[in-house]
Order: sequence, then C-alpha cells, then structure tokens
Amino acid sequence: MKASWAAIWTIARRELAAYFESPVAYVFLVIFLLLSGFFTFTFGGFFERGEASLAAFFNWLPWLFLFLVPAAGMRLWSEERRLGTIELLLTMPVAAWQAIAGKFLASWLFLVVALALSFPIVVTVNWLGDPDNGVIASGYVGAALLAGTYLAISCLTSALTRNQVIAFILAVVLCLALILVGFSPLTDLLARWASPWLVEAVSKFSVLTHYDGFQKGVLDSRDLLYFLSVIAYALFATGVVIRNHRTG
Amino acid sequence: MIKVENLSKSFGSKLAVDGVSFEVGTGEVLGFLGPNGAGKSTTMRMITGFIPPSAGAVSVCGLDVQENPIEVKRRIGYLPEAAPSYTEMSVLSFLRFAAEMRGLRGEGRRSAIRRVVELCHLESVLGQTIDTLSKGFRHRTCLAQALIHDPEVLILDEPTDGLDPNQKHEVRTLIRKMGESKAIIFSTHILEEVEAACTRAIIIDRGRIVANGTPGELKARAPSGKLEDFFRSITRSDTVKEAA
Repeated sequence: MKASWAAIWTIARRELAAYFESPVAYVFLVIFLLLSGFFTFTFGGFFERGEASLAAFFNWLPWLFLFLVPAAGMRLWSEERRLGTIELLLTMPVAAWQAIAGKFLASWLFLVVALALSFPIVVTVNWLGDPDNGVIASGYVGAALLAGTYLAISCLTSALTRNQVIAFILAVVLCLALILVGFSPLTDLLARWASPWLVEAVSKFSVLTHYDGFQKGVLDSRDLLYFLSVIAYALFATGVVIRNHRTG
Repeated sequence: MIKVENLSKSFGSKLAVDGVSFEVGTGEVLGFLGPNGAGKSTTMRMITGFIPPSAGAVSVCGLDVQENPIEVKRRIGYLPEAAPSYTEMSVLSFLRFAAEMRGLRGEGRRSAIRRVVELCHLESVLGQTIDTLSKGFRHRTCLAQALIHDPEVLILDEPTDGLDPNQKHEVRTLIRKMGESKAIIFSTHILEEVEAACTRAIIIDRGRIVANGTPGELKARAPSGKLEDFFRSITRSDTVKEAA
C-alpha cells in the first residue's frame, strides 16, 4: 500500500513539475485569474448585486472551466503517446491505474491551486461587507469538484488520441453536454413538450444541478457522490482505453 | 532468465509475431536480427509486459509476465525503440524520476544516478533540458534510465541507433561487459554488432524465427562465410514482401 502511494506520488510530482517547467502553468494561471476577475466584476455584476457573496464569481466558473480545464488536461495522455514515453511509464513497476491516478491528482492539485489564487475576491468581499464564509467555502468545494469532473473527462479524451487539439475539442463537447442537460434556457425548452419528471431526470445528470447545491451552501452527499462517480467512471474508462491501445 | 514460449501477437488480421520460442540465460547476450517490421519490437514489448501476447507465455526470472507484471517489471531494464524521454525535463531530474519509480531513495538514488551517469557519459549535460540535447545524448539518457536499478534482465531495442561510430563502439563494449552478469536481449540492424557483442543471435522474419545460433555458426551457414550473406538469404526485404 505504502509503495503504491509512493509510485502515485512520484508520477504526480513529475506531472506537476511538467506544468511549471513549461509556460503552460503560468499562462493558465494568468488567463484564469484575468478572466475570472473580468467575468465577476463585469458580467457577474459583483457590485450591482448589492450582496456580499461570491455568486458573481462562482456562476461563471462552469463556463470558464469548460475551456480552461480541457486545456490543462489535454496533454496528460496524448503527449505520452506522441513522445512514446507511455512505453517507459508503463514498463516501470507500476500498474496503469497508479499512473492514471498520479497524473489526474497532479492536474487536479494544479487546478485547486489556481482556484485558491482567486482569494483576493474573497478578501474584497469580506472587506466590503459581511458575507457568509461558510457558503463561500462550500462554493469552493463545489468548484474544485467541478474542475475535477471536467479534468477526468479531459483525461479520457486525452487517452483516446495522440493529437492534443482533438483531445481538447472532444473534452469541451462532452463537458458542454454535461452542462447543457441542466442549463435552464434549454431545460425550459424541453419542459414545453416533455413531462416534468423527464426534464427533472435529465437535469439530474447535469453538473450545473449538482454544482448549484454547493453554491447555496448545501453540502449534500448526493451532489458529492455525483461528482465523485463521474470522476471515477471517466478515470476507469481512461484505463480501459489505455489497455485497449496496448492490446491492439 | 528469460523464457519465451510459443509467443504470438496479432493486430487485427495481421500476425506480427507467430509462435516464437527461445530462452536467454544469465551471462548471455542475445542479438535480435531481422528486417524492419519482422516483429522484433513487438516481441520485446511483450517480454517487458507493455503489450499482452495473443497467445503463448513469457517468463522472466521464473515469473510469468501476465501473472506478475509488476514483479517482472522490477527486474527488467528497458530501452524502447527511438529512446523516448520526457523532453521538458533536465537529464538529472529525469534520472531522479526513473530512480524513484524503481523505489530508490536517498543515498541509494544518488549512488545509482552517479553510476549510470558515469556509464553513459552524461556528466557534461546533467543540468540540460533533454529537448536541447543531440540524438546521441538523448539516446544515452534513455539507456541510463534502463540501467538505473541495475536490473538482472536488459531489453534494448536498437540501443546503437543514431549514435556515431565511437559511441556505437562504447555501447557495444558496455553491453558485452554487462552481459557477463545479466541476461540481455538487444535488437539491431547492424550485423557487425552481432559479432562484436552477442553470444548468440536469432534472426526473425515475418514474425517467425528463421535462424538461431552463435554468430560463428550462422556465418558458417553462408557459402561466403559472411553473416550479411546469410541474413539476406533467409529474410525478405520490405519491397519483396509487398510484391508477394
């Protein structure tokens, strides 16, 4: 058990270093912080809301992450395949699942760091008003889970191809689908001709439905279970894809 | 040490390796010869556990590769074809990563890195990003990775590819020296290399073993007494294969 965590951690450390040894990490962090700030204070109506909360910030995250998370995750496996290093990695004494977990955890950690760097918005809100910091904390937990879910999907699409552009586009499309099934302009449209239970059943599959719970400060185990099971499923599928490549 | 029994691999309808069997013991260096596309790399990938065989079995140090993949991988050092590496890393951090993946920590890791850096002559480029290295250095960096845990078994897929004549000579000498205490399989296109470094050679063509013997025995089978003539008489080139 200890040895298997050591291997996962070694792989994760290498992956994290790969982010920071290339410009990827810095470009990502700057763009994320610029865009999230921009959305929060302009479209989000941070000041016009007249309430001390981070809703303006969190509401935009599912859309911002839709592009940024696949960009951070697209290279995970496609790069290994393009360089041929997958052959090195998988002939070292580790199981494929350890490699998958290590790479996923490293990227997730990186995204969590990016999220954490948005702390000036939290400071601003606390300075201007008296927000419910419990709600903000649960909002961040939801945001981290959302990022992990998009990331796991990006892992899967990245394992499917050695072309990073294809991996990126596939991940965006899949994540967008997970948003749209619960996106109210669309579900309202569906509600015009479908029965309410169908609309509700479909929207249960949406990341938005489960993400919203966290933004209201409600930590529901079902929401948690949703995110964790999508992550687990996508990573499991990644394992299947990687095994199939090798089987030929 | 390495026992390959009736190993086969098919990709779709194409049979890449077809019932290959051989054994390599400690102290043996087996040269793996054959035209491009003959199934050399596929066979090596099956021995290292990277791809599973369609039929047959491989055991390394008495352990079945399919049943004990991790234990087998611990005992093997592998240089894949084209010597891939994480090009954005420096040579030193790449070797550290390889050492840690092999469970080496602290002083064990440091001395392992010192040993392979000396063996593969990487002193001058330790801090350099692999991206910026010449092909010869990249190749030796990947070779160093394969040697870092001083494995009992070495699988080297074209270890001298892309090296200049001096480097080729050094790698050959290194292989011969290591072969005294390890079981080594290496593939090559260069026939002199077989005579220079191998105790035994196997020629593989279209997935099947067509010859197996010491370099001297194989040479003797050609009327001219040259390994090259023998090789050409029993294998077919890509172009011939396509016409057939």
